[in-house]
Formats: sequence, C-alpha cells, structure tokens
Amino acid sequence: MQLDFSIILPLTILIAWACALLLVDLFIPKERKGITAFLAALGLALTLGFTVTQIGREATSFNGMVTLDGFATFTSALILVSGLLGIALAYGYLKRMGIERGEYYALMLFSITGMLLMTQASDLIIVFLALELLSIPLYVLAAFARPNLQSEEAGLKYFLLGSFSTGFIVYGIALVFGATGTTSLSGILASPSSLILTIGAALLLIGFGFKIAAVPFHMWTPDVYQGSPSAVTAFMSSGAKIAGFAALLRVFALAFPNLSADLTDILWALSALTMIVGNFSAISQTNIKRMLAYSSIAHAGYILMAFVPFGNKEVVATSVAAGLFYLFAYVLTNFGAWSVVIALEKSDPSTGSGRGLEISDYMGLAKKYPAHAAAMTIFMLSLIGFPPTLGMVGKFYLFSSAIEGGFVGLAVIGVLTSLVSAYYYLRIVVNMYMREGDPTIEREPWLDITTAVMAVATVALSFVPQWIFQLAGSAVLKLF
Amino acid sequence: MEFLLQPLTLLTFFPLLGVLVILFLKSEQKNAIRWTALGTTLLTFGISLWALTQFKAANPDLQLEAKYSWIQVAGWDIQYYLAVDGLSILLVLLTGLLTPISILSTWTAIEDRVKDFMIFFLLLEVGMMGVFLAQDLFLFYIFWEFTLVPMYFLIGLWGGPRRIYAAVKFFLYTMAGSILMLLAIIWLGIEGNTFSVPALIAQGGIPENIQMWLFIAFAAAFAIKVPMFPLHSWLPDAHVEAPTAGSVILAGVLLKMGTYGFLRFNIPLFPEATVQAAPWIALLATIGIIYGAAVSYAQADVKKLVAYSSVSHLGFVMLGLFALNAQGVAGAILQMVNHGLSTGALFLLIGMVYEQTHTREIKVYGGLWKIMPVFGSIMLISALSSMGLPGLNGFVGEFTILLGAFGSEAIGSPWYAGISALGVIMAAVYILYMFQKMFLGPAGEITKEHELKDLNWREILTVAPLLILMFWIGLYPAPFINLIAPAVGKLLIGY
Repeated sequence: MQLDFSIILPLTILIAWACALLLVDLFIPKERKGITAFLAALGLALTLGFTVTQIGREATSFNGMVTLDGFATFTSALILVSGLLGIALAYGYLKRMGIERGEYYALMLFSITGMLLMTQASDLIIVFLALELLSIPLYVLAAFARPNLQSEEAGLKYFLLGSFSTGFIVYGIALVFGATGTTSLSGILASPSSLILTIGAALLLIGFGFKIAAVPFHMWTPDVYQGSPSAVTAFMSSGAKIAGFAALLRVFALAFPNLSADLTDILWALSALTMIVGNFSAISQTNIKRMLAYSSIAHAGYILMAFVPFGNKEVVATSVAAGLFYLFAYVLTNFGAWSVVIALEKSDPSTGSGRGLEISDYMGLAKKYPAHAAAMTIFMLSLIGFPPTLGMVGKFYLFSSAIEGGFVGLAVIGVLTSLVSAYYYLRIVVNMYMREGDPTIEREPWLDITTAVMAVATVALSFVPQWIFQLAGSAVLKLF
Repeated sequence: MEFLLQPLTLLTFFPLLGVLVILFLKSEQKNAIRWTALGTTLLTFGISLWALTQFKAANPDLQLEAKYSWIQVAGWDIQYYLAVDGLSILLVLLTGLLTPISILSTWTAIEDRVKDFMIFFLLLEVGMMGVFLAQDLFLFYIFWEFTLVPMYFLIGLWGGPRRIYAAVKFFLYTMAGSILMLLAIIWLGIEGNTFSVPALIAQGGIPENIQMWLFIAFAAAFAIKVPMFPLHSWLPDAHVEAPTAGSVILAGVLLKMGTYGFLRFNIPLFPEATVQAAPWIALLATIGIIYGAAVSYAQADVKKLVAYSSVSHLGFVMLGLFALNAQGVAGAILQMVNHGLSTGALFLLIGMVYEQTHTREIKVYGGLWKIMPVFGSIMLISALSSMGLPGLNGFVGEFTILLGAFGSEAIGSPWYAGISALGVIMAAVYILYMFQKMFLGPAGEITKEHELKDLNWREILTVAPLLILMFWIGLYPAPFINLIAPAVGKLLIGY
C-alpha cells in the first residue's frame, strides 16, 4: 500500500485551512468579517501556488484511487481561480445584502476542496466522495440568504434534486461494480462490456448531467440560479460546472471508451438538446439571473460537444483540449458578466431579495456608467462568440474539433444556436445603450477590479490564445 | 517596430491611435473629438495613398505582404497575413476616402454622444480595412464579424425612430450568413492544414461535391451582405434608420465586402462550383437588378429609393463577377468603386437636406433647385452618375459589365445581360423621377416651412472629392483599369 500525500497536497492544505478558518472565524468580530474573506482568499492563493508547482507532475497513489496529471492540474487551477473570483464578488455583496457571515467562506473552501478532489478522482468511490463534498456546502450556500424565501426555496430545490441525481450516480456505480467487480477506472476499462455495465454508465451520465445542467436534466437550474444569492450563483455556475465536466470526462474517457458505440449518440443528442433548449428558453426571460442561468445551460451544451467523440482515439485529445479551453473562456466571461449583475443588484429590505435584476433595469446604463456598459458588452459578445473576444476563439476551437471528429451536424446546430443566442444577449446591449433609464450601480473596489480584469482578459487573450491552447493541449496529452 | 511599420499593418490599425486619443478627451470637447477623428482618418487615407505609391500595378500578385505566424496549435496554421493586390487596392482606397468624408458629414449632424460615435466610426474603419487586406481566413473572419459591432451601434444609437429594430435585424441577418461561412472556413483550415488563402488556392483539389457546399456556405455570408435578391430585406431598414454617415459607409464600403468576398474567396477557391453556380447567380442578379429598380420607383422615402437602387446596382456587380471573363470582372470591380462614389454622394446630399427639414418624403419637396442651386447641381451630377450617363463613372462600369455578360460562356446566355440592360433604363426612370419631384416644378410645402440654406463650404468640401472622381473615372478610366486588370487576369487563369 503506497500513500503519496504529495499528490493531494493542495487539497489537503485547503481542507485544513477551511477547518481552521471555521474556528478562527469565531474570534473575528461580526463587523470585521472581511478578515475571514481575506483569509479564505489567502488559503486559495496558497493552494493555487502549490497547484502551479505541480504542473508537469504525473503520479498515482492511494491504490490508484487518486491521480495527479496535467488534466487535474489544469482544471484544479481553473477551479481555484473561480474560487478567488467568487470571493472577490462575494466580499462586498454579502455586506450589502446583509448576509455577511463567516461560514460563507469556510463553506466555499469545503466545496472547492471537493471540486479539487473530483478532478483527481480515478475511482468511482472517490468520484462519489468528491461529489458529495462539493455539493453539500453548495446546497447550504444556495440557501444562504435565509430567511429570504427565494433563497430557501433554491437551497431546498437544489438539495432535493441534487440528492436525487446523486442517487442515480450511486446506483450507476453499484451496477458498474456489479458488472465488473471493481470501481477503479482502469479496472473497469479492462473488464469486458456487458449490458449492465452500459446501464450503469448511462445512469452515471444522468447523474453528471444533473450536475452540469444538461438538458433534459436542467430543470433545477433556473430556479436555483435565480434564488441563490448572486455571488453564489456566479461561483456555482463556474466552479461546479468545471468539476462536473472534469468527472464526466475522466470517467467516460478512461473507463468507458469501449461503450462509445452506444454512448456517443446519446452524448450527441444531449449536447444538441442542451444547446437548443438552453438558447431558446433564454429568449423569453426577463430576469437577468434566469437568462444567465439558461445561458449557462446552453454553454454546457457547447462544452459537451467536445466530449461527444470520447471514444475516438484520434480526435479525442484535440476535442477535449477544445472543451477545456472553452471552459476557461466561459469562466472568465461568466464571472465578468456576473460581476456586472452583482454591481446592479440592490438589497430590498421589504422582501429580502435583490432588486435591479430585471433586464429592463439595464436601460440607460451606458450613459451613466460607460465603463460598466462597455465591459458588459464585451461579455455578451464573448458569450455569443463574437470577435475580438475569447468566446469567439473558444467556439472556433470547439467547432473545428467537432468537424474534425466528423460531427458536422452538431457543429451546424452549434452555430445556429449561437445565432439564436445573439438575440437575447444583444437585448442587454440594446437596453444598456439604446434605451433611456436611470440605473444605479454599487461601486465596490473588488467588484470593479473583477469586472475590469475580466473584460481586459476576455479581449486581450483572444489575440494571444496560444499559451492557453498549449496548457489545455498538454493537459490532455497523457490522459489518453 | 518592424511589425508596426509595415504599410498595411499601419494602414489597418492606425485608426486605433485616434481611438486612444479620443478616449482621453472629455465628452464635452466635441470639436477636439471631431478634429481628432478627422485627422486620424485623413492620415489613414494618406497611408493608403502611400501604400498605392508602393504598389506595382503591373504585378498581378499579392503585394506589400505583412506575414507572421500567429496561432500554431492543434494542427492549425493561422497567420497574421495582410496583403493587397489589384482586386482590393481600389476598395482599400475607397474605404480610406469615404471614412473622412463621412466624418466630415457628421460635423453638425451628430451632436449627441460625439465621443462614442467617433470611437465606433474609427473602429469600423479598422474592421473594413482588415476585411479588404486579410489573406488568412481566420484573420479575415475576425475582421468580417468585427465590422458588425460598430455598425450595429451606429445604427442603434444615432439612427431614426425604428433604429433598434433595424440594428438588431442588421446584426442577426448578417451574422446568420457569416456563421455558415465560419464552418466552411474551419473545414478548409482543417483539410488544407492552413488558413492562408493563397496557399489554399494553390493547393486546390477540393472534391467537387464538397466544393458546392463550401461555395454555398461562403456565398450565404456574402450574398446577405451584398445584398443579393432575395436576401436583401435588411438593407432598406438599415439604410433608412442609419444616420447619414452610417448609410454612406454601409452603401459605400460594407456592401462591397460582400461582392469582394465572392471575388476573393468563392471564385478562386471553388472554381468548379463557381462555374456551376454562375448561371444561377446571374439569374438572381438579373432579378435583383429589375426588382431593385422597380421597387425604387415605388418609394415615397428618398433614402429608401436610394437603398433599393443599391440592390439594383449591386446586381450589376454580381452579374459582372460571374461573367467570369476579364471585362465582366474588371467592370464589376470598377462598378464597386463607382457605386461607392455615386451612392455615397447621394446619401450625403440627402443627409444634408434632411438635416434642415427632418423629412425624407419625396412629395413634400419640390423646386429645390431654385432655392438651393449648388445643392441641385451637385445632386444632378450624382444622380446622373448613379444612372450611368456616358461621361460619368457609372457608365464605364455598367457598360463593361454588360459587355462581359453578353459574351460570357459561364453565364451561357446573352438574355441575362439583355434583360439587365433594361435595368439601366429603369434606373434613369426612378432617378429622374426623384430629381424631378424634388428639384424641379413648383416649390413644395417643405420649402414654406423652412428657410432652406444652400450648401456651405464644409458640405461642398465633403462631396467635392466624390464629384472629382466621378468625372475622372467617367472620362479617363485607364489608370483605374490598369490597377485592376493584371490581377483579374491572374484570377481568371483557371477559367
């Protein structure tokens, strides 16, 4: 039995840090919870530092249950960056909404630990463990604005449907174990395929589908995204998604490539449906949080596109790298968009929920706050996939990998739904620039910095995408 | 430094310098902003003239190349590759000329958010120059899509009452075409292992059935932009709602991006498909010529009249391009420039009178020539140029196109040219009808409501360069043809 703790060093640090933070927080006075936020960010930054030192390292330990490779490092780094951004968004927001409590940050760290473990899991038991570790704090975070009814509803809904989907995953694991006698991914790969194994894999796909909000398992998303505090939603829609995709990819590419004959078509349909339903449903939304929720569903569809050829040895590496790149682009853009949403949201003491979340609240933004409007325009263009933004490079990469894999039909659906998405993203731009209104914005330094950095990065990196390409490319190099 | 000092790189990105300066000016310093924008675009025009002096007309190849490898991952070979040849040099110059003219025309017309307006205008110029200069498909696509964004804002922010509808329609319509082109670009890039257009043309060898699909995907993007019948419905909306400067650029340059696209990509990249498609495109072009002219005649709004006349005129350009012989193609390129000059001038002039009266309804005008003699004369010249009177530029282009189309093997029948020739006559009808109603006859009701002033020196200066070029091309087109002809010869080698 070999135990190489160094390969789980980042997440060990983080979970220790989170536990300590929970204790330290008791001694931090109520009006100075900013210190907790700072400490949490410090912990994340430290973990990120250790993660970066692991670039290029490859190892397996804990009886092959945990793996460290480029893929894990890349996705972990992305998750940690999302965590940092999530704290930057939450810092002023929680204070403003009157829900500033220290455990918020500790819960975030626990959830992030789960996500990190998820990226390294090479055994279905670890996948399950990580999934629960990342989900349970998120259920609590979704309901964090208690006693606000919407937030409580979001928490409960997320919890119920989340547990339901976990049930699918557990049942899937059980069936897989029944068919193969093992839960390790490499062991499953070596076993002969059978009907039970296929059913197990399909159940796992349903479970992961819930987590990444793929259609038809997306029903919870709009309500949960709308009801949760916006800072939580921003974090949830990035971090949880990355972890979900990481697990989906690792499990399917490493354990089930032999089932690709059965599963590729299902993934194809999932991806197409997700793009279509997500984009078309977003059109009719009037609330920006709901609209971004459907937009995140739609983007899950685009990212899923990269996973469709998971059984095709020749193209899977490029296509997964494209998916990772798109995740990266999506995380930056998504956080940028949410930072603007949060800046416009105001606390409404009468109902306890936020105001300033209707799309009509964006009218006239450009006249009063030209910088915010310009940044939001950049984010919207990037979500459409319009140059010169990272979103465009991401879509280009994604569609080219789809075409290379022979899925021209899927690429056609992808571009056509992008056209549909242009309609509703542009509506925000129209409201900001071409209609009159009198919006007000909360100026908070961390929020403004996040908006500015994300906007600049979204544009600037689109001119030099090479190094992210290379990172994403080398991340999947040894995976297959 | 070496990267920036290449003439074409400098030409493309120079307007960004103006954007940078304007960003540091306050919104209230309107005149400083205007002068900065005008100065920047004039200097850009100067750079395009400098590029022209370096350009060797007798050389049919791409020249003044700026070529650097850019993104080389995942098996792609994407280059930063700008170059110019006889097919594009005139369009580059046209862009360089029309942009400062448009800015000059906004001097008193745009008072609201001048800063934003000029920033978008300068960004638009970057996009347009890039479209005409890019020789790498990826780079081209970026510029192509990027032009949409500033134009969208120009229509949506400074346009007429239905501007939001027009702006969104313009955006979605054009995007619908270009996303199909995106897939074709990706396909070419993957199969050819390069996105460089000259390299792809040299490779050739795309199977015929696939060529047709790729041709259609590219054509979707370009035909919407041109716009070809029946994909033209965004154009009247966009034109009518756009501010004057926006209309000038839209008609003068953006529509040419469509015809240029056919010329630069469809014809050399997909030769077999081009030959197959030629009769069909000629058919649509002919329908467009007649339909555009007929609908023009029925318009009550003078801007809409000119907008539909663009559908008709660009039909001629398409007919010339797909005649696939030297006369047709050279005539088409010249006609692109001509249309930019004459329609640009018409939109400018309409904008000048609109600024005073705030109406474009033909029937409320009348007898303008007496009240505004300078305006009337300039309008007459532009109108005659637009309808193709001998001695002015329009005639040279249309005549050459029809000559090419008559003898074209690719189109296969002289009937298209014959019917299209009717379009010239119809153009005379609707243009003269417009001129007669607005400028001759008894004074219209609008003249009683407004003290109409004739053009001032700034307005005359704005249109003067266009008038000079109308006469120049009309009377002595040889220097222009000389720039075009060698490259056209090279383009048609395979046909």
